[in-house]
Amino acid sequence: MKILVPIKRVVDYNVKVRVKADNSGVELANVKMSVNPFDEIAIEEAVRLKEAGTATEVIAVSIGPEKAQEQLRTAMAIGADRGILVQTDAPIDLGGVEPLAVAKMLKALVEKETPDLVIMGKQSIDDDSNQTGQMLSALLGWSQGTFASKIELGGDTLKVTREVDGGLETLELKMPAIITTDLRLNEPRYAKLPDIMKAKKKQLDVITPDELGVNVSPRLSIVKVEEPPVRQGGGKVSSVDELIDKLKNEAKVI
Amino acid sequence: MAILVIAEHDNSELKAATLNTLGAAKQIGGDIHVLVAGSGCSGVAEAAAKAEGVSKVLKADAPELEHGLAENVAPVIVELASGYSHILAPASTFGKNVLPRAAALLDVQQISDVSAVIDADTFKRPVYAGNAVATVKSSDSVKLITVRGTTFDAVAAEGGGASIEDIASKGDASLSSYVGTEVTESDRPELTSADIVVSGGRGVGSAENFAIIEKLADKIGAAVGASRAAVDAGYVPNDYQVGQTGKVVAPDLYMAIGISGAIQHLAGMKDSKVIVAINKDEEAPIFSVADYGLVADLFEAVPELEGKL
Repeated sequence: MKILVPIKRVVDYNVKVRVKADNSGVELANVKMSVNPFDEIAIEEAVRLKEAGTATEVIAVSIGPEKAQEQLRTAMAIGADRGILVQTDAPIDLGGVEPLAVAKMLKALVEKETPDLVIMGKQSIDDDSNQTGQMLSALLGWSQGTFASKIELGGDTLKVTREVDGGLETLELKMPAIITTDLRLNEPRYAKLPDIMKAKKKQLDVITPDELGVNVSPRLSIVKVEEPPVRQGGGKVSSVDELIDKLKNEAKVI
Repeated sequence: MAILVIAEHDNSELKAATLNTLGAAKQIGGDIHVLVAGSGCSGVAEAAAKAEGVSKVLKADAPELEHGLAENVAPVIVELASGYSHILAPASTFGKNVLPRAAALLDVQQISDVSAVIDADTFKRPVYAGNAVATVKSSDSVKLITVRGTTFDAVAAEGGGASIEDIASKGDASLSSYVGTEVTESDRPELTSADIVVSGGRGVGSAENFAIIEKLADKIGAAVGASRAAVDAGYVPNDYQVGQTGKVVAPDLYMAIGISGAIQHLAGMKDSKVIVAINKDEEAPIFSVADYGLVADLFEAVPELEGKL
């Protein structure tokens, strides 16, 4: 069984992002970039399935700038067998390559690579859209198991436990399927130095959106990007009694 | 111009998030219809017909729609799409699961998690975990939008008198089936619509200790939330998580107890009207957004607070 894992190069989750002075977007120059955390969970899950003997090959795919090769190397250090970069210089966070265009490119890649399962992050931590997996599933006419916290493969079906608003929901999906990962699916490993060295020698193909026959022009234009309104906090109380007094008589919320 | 709002429900009750989504539809302006897709969902359709501003309810009642499976619900939305300028769903796990599937089938670039309506084509949405707000303008002929409920006032649940029209399901796609749900049993108010939320973080220390958070919540009729750290540590179930990747809440009063205030968590609660923080670390970032910060040991302060309220 082949597994395709789409991953995205995003601003590292520890970075406090800054809005550009001209309000055109978020400052990405000289900022640490990493694999989107949800995608890292997807790679880990696919690699575990390979280690368990269920999967035969794990292919990591990314759409982004030349430098996204770094994130594909990270995926291969965790254990993906090879990588494919669909290289584009268009922005991939805001006002450039959007989820629908990504889903179309992934569809073309799925048709070429014929995986049985696609595991990907539920959302990327830059534009926070939470759409691509569902869209890819729709375009392929496959089943979808979004926000997964557990998956169990059983031949031509897959049982997925999903993190939903009311608790946990379990669905049975017909294979092939798209899984999108939630935080508690697994805890990704740290790649070890020998694996990082080995990953450098793994196959990494670079192609273009044109080769996949997909038009990536955006449907949404970015009018502006702003800082969120700042909340005026910092007020202190010195005791529980003062807190109760303030809540009752000043804020009047109790 | 007509707007279709996808109702969120459990076949017996219309979920409150639907009323906030209707609030967003009202701001866009136009004739507002509601789609109730489910099984044995007549009561929900009747409730939706009573909501303020709704002129028509479309009810698709079929066994394959019972559990809101995206593979079966999305085609119903797609079939209706040509009659609408906008299709809205709550940005809940239901809306997030179903709407992008319909959007892709319609070749539309969905706009997720909209927090403000500028005009019929232009919307604001938080990005980068709420550290930036993007204003985006759509060029698609029909706009598919998920709505961040906390930033729109709910319409009144009563007073409307819409007609109810039966429409057909598009059948069972036979791609997925429902196995079961592990519901977190609780008599407390729902997290996303509660007036007061009491949340605990890593500082609470254990699942057993979380009882003091719950006791305080029960005393004041609050919902219980948690930071990602508390959920990851196994103190509470996943659906307690407040934050950019969990639930977004904006109650009248939010009490953050033993929560340091990671960006991810702040994104999920900083629109609350009043924020209280109790933490023994006076440098904790949560204090920078709190109206009333109390630097104290939560194991002393919380029982005292509970006792005196």
